[in-house]
Amino acid sequence: MTDQHTHRTIGEALDASGVSRRSFLKFCMVTASMLALPPSVGRVMAQQLRKAKRPSVIYLSFQECTGCLESFTRSFSPTAENLLFNVISLDYDDTLMAAAGSHAEAAREKAMKDNWGEYLVIIDGSVPMADGGVYNTAAGKTAHQTLMEVVEGAAAVVCVGTCASFGGIPYAHPNPTGAVPISELVTDKPVVNVPGCPPIPEVITSTLVHYVSLGKVPDLDEHGRPLAFFGNTIHDRCYRRPFFDQGKFAKSFDDEGARNGWCLYELGCKGPTTYNACATVKWNDGTSFPIESGHGCLGCSEPGFWDKGSFYKPLAAGTYTSAEKIAAAAGAGVLLGAGAAVASRMKRKSRLHETDREERS
Amino acid sequence: MTLLDFARGPGMNFALAVFVLGVLWRLVGIALLNYWRPKSEPRQGWLRAMMGGALATGTRSWPHREFIGRTGYGELLGYSYHIGLFIVILFFAPHVAFFKGLFGVSWPAMPSTWIHLIAVLTLTLFIAVLVRRVTNRVLRRLSNFDDYFSWFATALVIVTGLMTTGHIGASYETLQAWHLLSVELLLVWFPFGKLMHAFFIFPSRAINGYLLSRKGAAS
Repeated sequence: MTDQHTHRTIGEALDASGVSRRSFLKFCMVTASMLALPPSVGRVMAQQLRKAKRPSVIYLSFQECTGCLESFTRSFSPTAENLLFNVISLDYDDTLMAAAGSHAEAAREKAMKDNWGEYLVIIDGSVPMADGGVYNTAAGKTAHQTLMEVVEGAAAVVCVGTCASFGGIPYAHPNPTGAVPISELVTDKPVVNVPGCPPIPEVITSTLVHYVSLGKVPDLDEHGRPLAFFGNTIHDRCYRRPFFDQGKFAKSFDDEGARNGWCLYELGCKGPTTYNACATVKWNDGTSFPIESGHGCLGCSEPGFWDKGSFYKPLAAGTYTSAEKIAAAAGAGVLLGAGAAVASRMKRKSRLHETDREERS
Repeated sequence: MTLLDFARGPGMNFALAVFVLGVLWRLVGIALLNYWRPKSEPRQGWLRAMMGGALATGTRSWPHREFIGRTGYGELLGYSYHIGLFIVILFFAPHVAFFKGLFGVSWPAMPSTWIHLIAVLTLTLFIAVLVRRVTNRVLRRLSNFDDYFSWFATALVIVTGLMTTGHIGASYETLQAWHLLSVELLLVWFPFGKLMHAFFIFPSRAINGYLLSRKGAAS
């Protein structure tokens, strides 16, 4: 993106691309409602957005699968292209940008220099710290070096996906690369976590629009997630919830219960402990979400979701490590019991001998 | 590790290990005392004596007609909340899932609404049992810490279970963690307190009946 683009206000950019006032207001109202903000904030959002300069955005990818970026590009409201062309100035993203190699790195450095202290950093992927961070390098720098260098001049950081937010799959046991989430490394800047594997596209774009239009990060929960999207569990908003309350559960993925749309709790659904907006915002322009497609929630927006036992084990079941410990406890119990009984019988016998002796004497 | 992760994993493993160790310690310890071996000349064969034991188990588990006026209320309360507990523990769908995870077998569950109603009724009976224990002068003097703590540990499981199913007071994962932790407290306490009666009550009645019958006494 050029200087000219970055320095234009969003209103100027919209006018230039022929976006009508009605369409723009609709966009702001939809975004405000997605963020569970009152309609009055939608109007404020519209005013602020028109005046605001398109902020420079640097998108960094570390240990990730690019699924989060794929998801981001499938946002319907606001659409990714609307966001990229009208709301933000995406100055660096090694997957989407045309430039490559030293040209790409030069673009990043220029964007940082021109917008020092004001640009937004979006990150997907965790950062490997083991062995000097050699497991993820680009342009001769480790992910850790690049992260710290870029974040130094950032206004805020948005972690897109569970890998950036909580470490994700690279962080899973045994974590061979020593992966860590961004929040462990960046402690002096506002960090917003938008987890999910991948996150819901509209949740990513709405969080960005919130920051750009209101100039601050949205209200967050204890895991740094926007409350508007992560304030309720999937179970709370699930259309199958009435079946849970009635005790009607599918026992397998192809039984009568599954065909009747009964609750997937017994098939391992993690909806009751997973905070996300899948059941309300849904995916593919509100078409459906995993539970609606017949599969239980995996709990992908929760920290450590990969290490919480089988995806197909119900939450009510324990995550037992092994039967050996219980068998050892049983063996110890039998030995203790036998020992106690032998001791008691010996005591009784000696007491009887004593009584006999006393009687004889 | 979250509280729920702890409760589902290490906490449950530890509680089950203590439960198994404690129960076997006490059962084997008593079984090997050999006190059921008749010490006098048997007056009846072992088969008839065993039938006597089975009969004693039944008759001593039923209110005696002469005392029913004095003992009937307590026995009604006792039987009712035990039946309620068994239904809730064995036939609530998430509990069936728990047992399937533990033993690999499952059975049909009852509708959750029924279970909720029975659980509330059971808790009410539990409170009535405590009130009776505290207000009855004889029972109060017979009661010690074991009685009250065993009551507390069992009631806590019902209360946290009801809170979990009703989503009352905290988020689901927190409530489920509390519920599992309360179950773990119960499992750890079980072998060392009066809750062990679950294993002793019927065998002790049967053995007493057997011994009496072997001696030729009517039980």
